[in-house]
Parts: sequence; structure tokens; C-alpha cells
Amino acid sequence: MSGKKHITMTVNGEAQEFLAEPRELLIHTLRERLNITGPHIGCETSHCGACTVTLDGKSVKSCTVFVAQADGADITTIEGLGNPDSLHVLQEAFKEHHGLQCGFCTPGMITRASKLLEENPSPTEEEVRFGMAGNICRCTGYQNIVKSILAAATEMNAAKEAAE
Amino acid sequence: MIPAAFEYHRPKDLEGVLSVLVEHGDDARVLAGGHSLIPMMKLRMADVEHLIDLQDVAGMSGIAVDGGSVRIGAMTTQNDIITSDALAGAAPIMHEAALQIADPQVRYMGTVGGNVANGDPGNDMPGLMQCLDATFTLVGPDGERTVAAREFYEAAYMTDRDDAEVLTAVSFAAQAGGYAYEKQKRKIGDYATAAAAVLLTKEGGVCTSASIAMTNLSDTPIWSEAAGAALAGTSVDDAAISAAVGAMLGDIDPTEDNRGPIEFKRHAASVVLGRAIARAWSRA
Ligand SMILES: Cc1cc2nc3c(=O)[nH]c(=O)nc-3n(C[C@H](O)[C@H](O)[C@H](O)COP(=O)(O)OP(=O)(O)OC[C@H]3O[C@@H](n4cnc5c(N)ncnc54)[C@H](O)[C@@H]3O)c2cc1C
Ligand code: FES
Ligand code: FES
Repeated sequence: MSGKKHITMTVNGEAQEFLAEPRELLIHTLRERLNITGPHIGCETSHCGACTVTLDGKSVKSCTVFVAQADGADITTIEGLGNPDSLHVLQEAFKEHHGLQCGFCTPGMITRASKLLEENPSPTEEEVRFGMAGNICRCTGYQNIVKSILAAATEMNAAKEAAE
Repeated sequence: MIPAAFEYHRPKDLEGVLSVLVEHGDDARVLAGGHSLIPMMKLRMADVEHLIDLQDVAGMSGIAVDGGSVRIGAMTTQNDIITSDALAGAAPIMHEAALQIADPQVRYMGTVGGNVANGDPGNDMPGLMQCLDATFTLVGPDGERTVAAREFYEAAYMTDRDDAEVLTAVSFAAQAGGYAYEKQKRKIGDYATAAAAVLLTKEGGVCTSASIAMTNLSDTPIWSEAAGAALAGTSVDDAAISAAVGAMLGDIDPTEDNRGPIEFKRHAASVVLGRAIARAWSRA
């Protein structure tokens, strides 16, 4: 039983196609098969959010999704949001407001925050804290993470207004 | 943490699901959001040889509010519940409870059907379904049947659902009156140390009916008929609330675990129920 399955998915805008055992966890597909190592493995038990990616418009913990479930899915990781030459507004804000220390949680934080701001472009501080509750950070005490996300929201709204 | 190998099925309709269930019996399990089942499979505490993913099965999700009745498809996620305006009007207690389940990422995946079918005493929706007097629709090889939520739970992870049945929807009457879902937990994303669901109605300063259910305080959710009866006919003053809490304490049977000793859980249960009644009454 349980042979390999033919899987197709789009990751950060690029079509991918491969054979995998259905039980492979999406985080391992991304990191080990596709060399997309932005999403991290913190707890591997669905608690820390370091492995967060956007899957068909939902923030999900990729350590708790089988690759077979993601067959046909459209996935965005931190690599799809920005790069060293052109940082995403959230990446810029985390840098500016000291939203990270060791940086281990940061890809999950920013990927989750990008979805949060898409759904709620002008969140209150409380809404940011509630919306980020699935992501754990051992270093920062969260204060500067919240500050960074609020600053990014202001920045993104100003840019939107300027464009109109 | 890699689970044991399994064969993966992704049928497009219920017939496809049932045919795998019938062929493989208890070697087969359905997968909804996976956020209870996958952690168990990773720990190798659940052994599943045939996994049937429900994500492509047509007609299993969605919220329908039709006059006085509400029907929620099993594959509707907690996040769908939180963002549904129709449900916010017809059963705001669903919204208040869903916001207290797990964390945002889990709520995008976790489904109502998975939450109620799982049978974990820690799940929040089963208690809520007792409080709402909901009905579950099950479809199996012999057709469709309905079962009252209050009759569904037998013991931890043991329910009235047959191995070859799929839970397709939960239904209940739209609610008027006061409501509250109050949950004590150690941190966001944790299961309840104690949780209380309260629905009540009020006329001329008197409580005309009340339904009270408790979560994670026994090996099944507890609908405390006596606690509801203690409120009916009163003005929900302190004496009535104490009587309801006392009645509830007679119905629960918590065990000691890493959320605390029995006495602490009984204390937490009293506090959450007192708060839930007060909040529901203030909204009635
Ligand atoms: C970090 C974390 C925190 C959590 N905190 C909470 C919490 O506070 N409160 C809470 O209530 N839950 C909590 N959960 C559990 C979460 O809500 C689950 O998603 C839910 O319990 C199960 O729903 P699911 O759709 O993920 O089901 P699955 O995991 O896919 O399935 C669970 C079980 O139900 C069966 N099943 C699923 N759907 C059906 C169906 N339609 N018919 C028949 N059988 C079915 C499956 O075969 C399996 O045995 C938490 C989970 C995590 C990972
Ligand atoms: S690694 Fe996935 S939640 Fe921690
Ligand atoms: S910056 Fe170190 S874990 Fe968050």
C-alpha cells in the first residue's frame, strides 16, 4: 500500500511537480524537497507557528498538513513576500522596530501578519495580539512584534492612499 | 515526527467516502481539518491505514440560516463561523465560542464536524451543541439518520457514530435571548480547564428558560438540566446563580490531570459558570 503520489502545487508563484508519500508533512516538502527553508520547524507539534505558510488564502501550520492535502494548492512562504534586495513592508518594519532578536520565529510571524493585515488592514493593538496568538516567540516579549505590525499597517495604508 | 504510512483517498462525493469506509472498516478514517487527527498520527497514537480526505466532497460545508433554523455543514471551519454575519445574528454564542478555540491558524483548518465527531472531552463544540440542543446528521451505507447531540457522547472518544458513518451537518434552532460562552484555559490555544455554555430567555425580569452545558469536566460534555432548572422562574439573583452552580457541581465528574487537581477544576467550573450566567442574563 501507500505508494508515492503525484503532487502538483504552486509555491511562491512557481509551479512544482513531484512524487511523494502522502504522509510527508508540508513543512518537510518545503524545506527538504524544494529547498524553501524560510518556514522553520520549532515545535513540530502544532503549537509554535514557526512553520506558518499561506495555503489557498489561509494561514496554516505546515507541520500539521500532509503534502497530499496540499495537492493542487497555492502556497506562499516568507520567500514569496520579499527578498534581501526588496524587503516586504513587514520585513522593513520588523527591522526598523526591533521586531526580532534571534529571528527564528520571524518568517512565521511575518507570513501570518501579512494575512492578518490583508483581512484587517487597520487592526487595533488588541486585534494584532489576538490575530498573532498562534505564533510563539522566545526572545522579544512580543511588544516590538506588535509595534512592527502596527507600523507596517500604517505604512501600507498610506501607500494605498497615495496610489489612489 | 512522521506518521506511519497510509493510503490516501480524496473522493469527490459521499458515495466515494462511504465505499472506502465500507471496504476497509475501522482501518479507514476520514480527515477533515486534520488538527486533532494529524497530531495523533504523528505521535503514532492513531493508526490509520486508509485516510479519506473530505476536502473535495461536494455539499459538506456552508452555513444556512433559514427562518428559525440553522444548519452548518460538517466541513465548515471555525474561521468560517467567526466570519459569518448570518450566524452572528442567529446564534452569536457560536461566534463567541469559536473565538476561544485554539488559535488563528488552527481555526482556518479545524472544522465543526471534526470538532464534534472527535469525541475528545476537551473539544469546545460538543458542549456547545448540548447547550443548543443540536441535532447531528449522519450518513452511512444504510442511509441518513439524525441523532440528538445530547444522546451522542458515550465516553472519551466513544460516540454513537458507527465506523462507517460520516457526520455531514449539525442543526439547531436560531436563538433569541441571552448567551455566553466562558472558558478558563492556561493560555491561548489551550483546551479548557473548565468552560460553560449558557443560553437563557427573560420575560418581565424573570428567567423563563435556561440551558447550561459544561466542557472538559467529565469524559463527555455535560448538559446540566438541573442547573438550567435552578434558574428558570427566578430573577437570576445571587441565590439563583448559587443554586445553579450547586446543581452543576452535582453533574460534573472531573479527573486530576496537568490542568489541576479535582478541587481546583470544580472551583474553576463554578467561577466560569457564574460568569457565564451573569453575562448571558445581562444580554437577555
Ligand atoms: C494547537 C491546537 C489547539 C487546539 N485547541 C482547541 C481548543 O481550545 N478547543 C477545541 O475544541 N479544539 C481545539 N483544537 C482542536 C481543533 O479544534 C481541531 O481542529 C478539532 O478538534 C477537529 O477538527 P478537524 O476538522 O481538525 O478534525 P480531524 O482532525 O480531521 O478529525 C478529528 C476526528 O474526527 C473524525 N472526523 C472528522 N470529520 C468527521 C466527519 N465529518 N464525520 C465523521 N468523523 C469525522 C476524524 O476521523 C478524526 O477521528 C486544537 C488543536 C490544536 C492543534
Ligand atoms: S513547527 Fe509547526 S507549529 Fe511549531
Ligand atoms: S526572535 Fe527569537 S524566537 Fe522570536
